[in-house]
Amino acid sequence: MGKVPAAVVGVGQTHHRAKREDVSIAGLCREAIDRALTDARMTFADIDAIVVGKAPDLFEGVMMPELFLAEALGAAGKPLLRVHTAGSVGGSTAIVAASLVQAGVHQRVLTVSFEKQSESNAMWALSVPMPFIMPVHAGAGGYFAPHVRSYIRRSGAPTHVGAIVAAKDRQNALRNPFAHLRNPDTTVDSVLASQMLWDPIRYDETCPSSDGACALVITDADTARAAESPAWIHGTVMRSEPTTAAERDQVNPQAGREAAAALWKQAGITNPLEEIDAAEIYVPFSWFEPMWLENLGFMPEGEGWRLAESGGTAMDGVLPVNCSGGVLSSNPIGASGMLRFAEAALQVRGQAGEHQVDGVRRALGHAYGGGSQFFAMWVVGDQPPSN
Amino acid sequence: MREVAVVGFAQRQMAEFDGSPTCVELLVPLFAECYEQTGFTRKDIDFWCSGSSDYLAGRSFSFVSAVDAIGALPPVNESHVEMDAAWALYEAWLKIRTGEVDTALVYGFGKSSAGVLRRTLSLQLDPYTLTPLWPDTVSLAGLQARAGIDSGAWDERAMAEVVNRSLTDAEKNEYAVRRGGSSVEELLARPMYADPLRKHDCAPVTDGAAAIVLAADDRARGAVDRPAWISGLAHHVDPLHLGGRDLTRSPSAARAGNAAGVADVEVAELHAPFSHQELVLRRELALADDVRINPSGGALAANPMFTAGLNRIGEAARRIWDGSAGSALGHATSGPALQQNLVCVMEGRS
Amino acid sequence: MSRTLQAPVTVSFDYTRSVGPVLGRFLTGLRDARVVAARTSDGRVVVPPPEYDPVTHRQTEDFVEVSPTGTVTSWTWVPEPVPGQPFDRPFAFALVTLDGADVPLLHALDVGSADQVSTGMRVRVRWAGQRIGAITDIEAFEPLDDVVSTGSTTGSAAAEPVTGVVTPVTLDYLYAASPEESAFFRGLEQGRILGQRCPACHKVYVPPRSACPVDGVATTDEVELAHTGTVTTFCVVNVPFLGQRITPPYVSAYVLLDGADIAFLHLILDVPAEEVRMGMRVEAVWKPREEWGTTVENISHFRPTGEPDADYDTYKQHL
Repeated sequence: MGKVPAAVVGVGQTHHRAKREDVSIAGLCREAIDRALTDARMTFADIDAIVVGKAPDLFEGVMMPELFLAEALGAAGKPLLRVHTAGSVGGSTAIVAASLVQAGVHQRVLTVSFEKQSESNAMWALSVPMPFIMPVHAGAGGYFAPHVRSYIRRSGAPTHVGAIVAAKDRQNALRNPFAHLRNPDTTVDSVLASQMLWDPIRYDETCPSSDGACALVITDADTARAAESPAWIHGTVMRSEPTTAAERDQVNPQAGREAAAALWKQAGITNPLEEIDAAEIYVPFSWFEPMWLENLGFMPEGEGWRLAESGGTAMDGVLPVNCSGGVLSSNPIGASGMLRFAEAALQVRGQAGEHQVDGVRRALGHAYGGGSQFFAMWVVGDQPPSN
Repeated sequence: MREVAVVGFAQRQMAEFDGSPTCVELLVPLFAECYEQTGFTRKDIDFWCSGSSDYLAGRSFSFVSAVDAIGALPPVNESHVEMDAAWALYEAWLKIRTGEVDTALVYGFGKSSAGVLRRTLSLQLDPYTLTPLWPDTVSLAGLQARAGIDSGAWDERAMAEVVNRSLTDAEKNEYAVRRGGSSVEELLARPMYADPLRKHDCAPVTDGAAAIVLAADDRARGAVDRPAWISGLAHHVDPLHLGGRDLTRSPSAARAGNAAGVADVEVAELHAPFSHQELVLRRELALADDVRINPSGGALAANPMFTAGLNRIGEAARRIWDGSAGSALGHATSGPALQQNLVCVMEGRS
Repeated sequence: MSRTLQAPVTVSFDYTRSVGPVLGRFLTGLRDARVVAARTSDGRVVVPPPEYDPVTHRQTEDFVEVSPTGTVTSWTWVPEPVPGQPFDRPFAFALVTLDGADVPLLHALDVGSADQVSTGMRVRVRWAGQRIGAITDIEAFEPLDDVVSTGSTTGSAAAEPVTGVVTPVTLDYLYAASPEESAFFRGLEQGRILGQRCPACHKVYVPPRSACPVDGVATTDEVELAHTGTVTTFCVVNVPFLGQRITPPYVSAYVLLDGADIAFLHLILDVPAEEVRMGMRVEAVWKPREEWGTTVENISHFRPTGEPDADYDTYKQHL
């Protein structure tokens, strides 16, 4: 009754920028899709089904944009699904695409996720005033900053850890030609000197707002074996919990912990810190790197910051995290999760270019969304899954 | 490959729901009803998947609070599609087929009356060359209906026959928001609204929510006496631009029907929000003349957005459960003028 | 009294769309009073030009100009126009196949009544006087036998190609609060903070909920809460943003009201931002009674009570 094994054989992404004024929404998606198909040595004729993911429709002002995009995405005459699970959507979309293969329904699935944030203003789209209540949040940063404060209080982390992570990811981004932010001068000191936006979060500790897209081609084992260096899917997990609940742990959410435990079990991993060679973790605010290191079980609770502070998550560290520059360097929201999954695949395929870590055999892709309540993760490996 | 069946179904529809667009208030009793039908509890549900729309609710992340209705601590394995919940059922069916989970609860919800539905849906069109003109849903359906009338594919009488049968059947459906048949002549004597459509040719604006329970193999047999086994489930999409399509046809419906295998169905619940669309679908699915169409009254009796397609599957499954049909079909549509279509064929087994 | 509180909400934004090379070509044509179509790989002339060929999937590159005159292939009457449509009086939407094109274009047809329209009738584009490179540069189609109406067909030849278009999207909704939230907002109108207890886990929720997020059942028994509480955590907002109603810097904090089991987000004022602490004891400051409505805004903000800070252990499970 086992799942059909599945693998990523094509990866594509756009050059992410604040405003991609040179392309339409379809053009943005096609830039990623065409690269993924070329990478997979396929054409649209080879594709059985298309899965689209993006965050709220209010960002682009189009309701269910996959409908008008159907023809441009090569979906006309094929099955087309649209996933939306808040910020985790890029990851969830890849998982739904994988399940089309794993369920034995299709052999070759194309999945694409995107956001063209420059068409509107994300802060506006997320904060449409509602009657009877009072808007005291100030966008996503205002939402997450109090929880970062709680983390610092709980763990006793030194306050410069956020800057260490931000400087590392921005330096990593210089090795990624697709990254949005490319500032060679970012250092721990420059991050610490940047404006305090949502105290305790500084400007340079936040993600940019990007236009961008990411696409993957996911296939069954027979197709994958004929491809060059497939990234085999060893485990996929999604978990959700409510935004707010009495005594809900908002720093180290139960959904994330349980998702990680289930993921490691599926992938046959008992010591993630040793067995995962590279991780792409959804870190839109730098402090979430130490928080998620604990949530994912890489480090004991309260100790995540020690790994980040000691350089353990740098490219030459024990666990290279976000070698691509991560969400902190490129954030086309709907695509950000899929970019994590895609970058994990590139690492195990040995195709990450200048930000390739040597000898990656298994890598993690991770995404989260909503109020730290929706989680999507996968583990990919350079060999077919043994379980 | 493992077998998956529909084993639970609950629905609520109304012309105007006066509660929150999160619809949590509607979902809580629906889930309770599903538990009662199947004997499952919340802990027996391995996977949850919903369908809804931010633009229907008028706010981003409108589906997020809906997970409260589950009672989602401890956390749940959960997903969401920005589509009719029939496609959420598709995702749940996949998940069960992978062997990862054995049971799933699928739900949809929407408060169409919060805005002006036919205008809101203009945002589904091409944002560069169509939406700035705000072509509303009724107008798009009117263009399609006229194309069929002009080409001889159908006539106003055939449309009125669909309406009369649907609203007559709706008299027996406690969830219908529009019901009461009369006669084809009387319907044809009513005034035109959006020529060539009369008001009764258009589905009523409907608020509502619905839930379906899926289960695999023995879990399904343990839940109900006569599970509605899914023998075929498929969906396809056509291009959106009306100019490039023959509006009298729906290739995606035909493809979905062929892939799902509709040859033996005795009952078909078709999601046709406009009367002529049922005629398109019957042709594309090549349904025999003796197939019973929409015993529930169909979408012309109640069309809760993002739920109505799931309702068609639930209504078809009920005919299997009660033994009145050996094989039944539920269909869902999405997008303007039947752009995207899903077909779910179910059968009873002794 | 209605079962729930309801109020209008407008969701409005002027979207700035970059259009890419193919649509740019079409929209530039419209601005110059010309209709640009694409020739697709199957030999058809299609307008508006598809961005990608339906067969080869390659970006469209072969453009042809078609006539502004054409034939109605389908139409529908619009008896009750909605805001944003080309006319605020009844009109027709029509599919019009322009001379030289093989597939029709959707636009408005300006006629006074449905009996003035028929499939097969000949129509022509009526150009808008002010053209900007948008589909609305075509004001509407009009019957060919009408006298040519105003509207200039002279293009601004020197202008740059169109690369973007601004599309206003305004939607009006009637928002309703849930019955539980409505009870909470109505309590605020009377200067009371009303929570409700979950019948299963007995936790007190404020605002009350249609479903306890742990148990999936509506909260029920009303619990009146104190106007004092403890700051569990907070942030100092220094950043201005679109739609913001409070001028930064200000403190946005989770306040655990005494008697509640879930913190509640509000402002901390009357104290320098740098002095706000986790564990700080605060009290609600209400606006003058005559300004009260059914809204959280009745509470202007929270301010320190001056009591000693709460011990971390008393609120750490609420972080």
